[in-house]
Amino acid sequence: MVQFTLPKNSKMTTGKTWEAPKGATNLRKFQIYRWDPDTGENPRVDTYFVDMDKCGPMVLDALIKIKNEIDPTLTFRRSCREGICGSCAMNIDGINTLACIYGMDEIKGDVKIYPLPHMPVVKDLIPDLTHFYAQHASIMPWLETKTNRPAKEWKQSIEDRKKLDGLYECVMCASCSASCPSYWWNSDKYLGPAALLHAYRWIIDSRDEATGERLDELEDPFKLYRCHTIMNCAKTCPKGLNPAKAIAEIKKMMVSRHV
Amino acid sequence: MRYLTARKRAEGKGASHTGTEHHWKMQVSAAGLAVLVPTFVFLFGSTIGGTYEEVTADLTSPFLVILTALVLVVGMQHFAQGCKMAIEDYTQGSLRKGLIMLVFGLSYAITATGLFALAKLAL
Repeated sequence: MVQFTLPKNSKMTTGKTWEAPKGATNLRKFQIYRWDPDTGENPRVDTYFVDMDKCGPMVLDALIKIKNEIDPTLTFRRSCREGICGSCAMNIDGINTLACIYGMDEIKGDVKIYPLPHMPVVKDLIPDLTHFYAQHASIMPWLETKTNRPAKEWKQSIEDRKKLDGLYECVMCASCSASCPSYWWNSDKYLGPAALLHAYRWIIDSRDEATGERLDELEDPFKLYRCHTIMNCAKTCPKGLNPAKAIAEIKKMMVSRHV
Repeated sequence: MRYLTARKRAEGKGASHTGTEHHWKMQVSAAGLAVLVPTFVFLFGSTIGGTYEEVTADLTSPFLVILTALVLVVGMQHFAQGCKMAIEDYTQGSLRKGLIMLVFGLSYAITATGLFALAKLAL
């Protein structure tokens, strides 16, 4: 349900301003969301200064530098540092994206970093993606077959394989779902752009034999039809994918079953 | 606090196997209104500034009366279905159900009142 104000325990407070490194001439100011469930305090925004002459070009480079050299308690997820694992998804400069492939030269002024919006926070920049992953699991993200032949390789034509382009690249970073207002208000029932993009990826796979069952499971006013083609998902996707188009294709398939 | 597994929470009560009809109705009524409304505005707009007698005389034209009735019926249906969607977006529980009933009731009342007024003027 829509919320117009933050709950009392989520209201932001002024955080600590950490000392700038001495002697640095090329400083960049970072304002980073901090929240520790163990302290029982409200979230705050801490201010850090990073010497850009001694820092890599990506936002993740700066976060790692802050953690290593300024504040070891700063908590965030990261792994591959090249846009493949989807771990470092966060809200940077108002955009949900991957810190590892978002260059600091793309940001004007201070760098403001928050966790993905409208997701429960585990700590600092780490959102709780339990429900998001469970929704992904619910769309049966695997090849579902009924016939047992061919016993070995299931072949696919080049044309059929091409249909998966723009879909299989999704790394499940949750940037799209966390940018979708429909998902903000109804994430308990609405599957969200990421899960629906994956659902479409399996629906149009020429080797999958559960198309009808998959469509049956999606046919619901909330699971699928909460998408109002707002297109925030396509705008924010750090991999340049278009979940809104995939959802529209599912809707077209639904209509073609009816009419 | 309920100790549900994440998967049970995500699947909820499962799919209702509805929604496509509502989606298709909205598409059809939107396409219909895209034609009906400009035609209605163009034809009915020409009566603006006329006397009561001139306007009521225009409303005896079967084409304009049928067109007005269609705009009213299709428009209010589209309004009710669209509002239902918006209410489902922003509210939950009993409030959601109550508001949906209210909006549908209002749209039926407006449709009935409009059709009655139209019939009274046309006949």
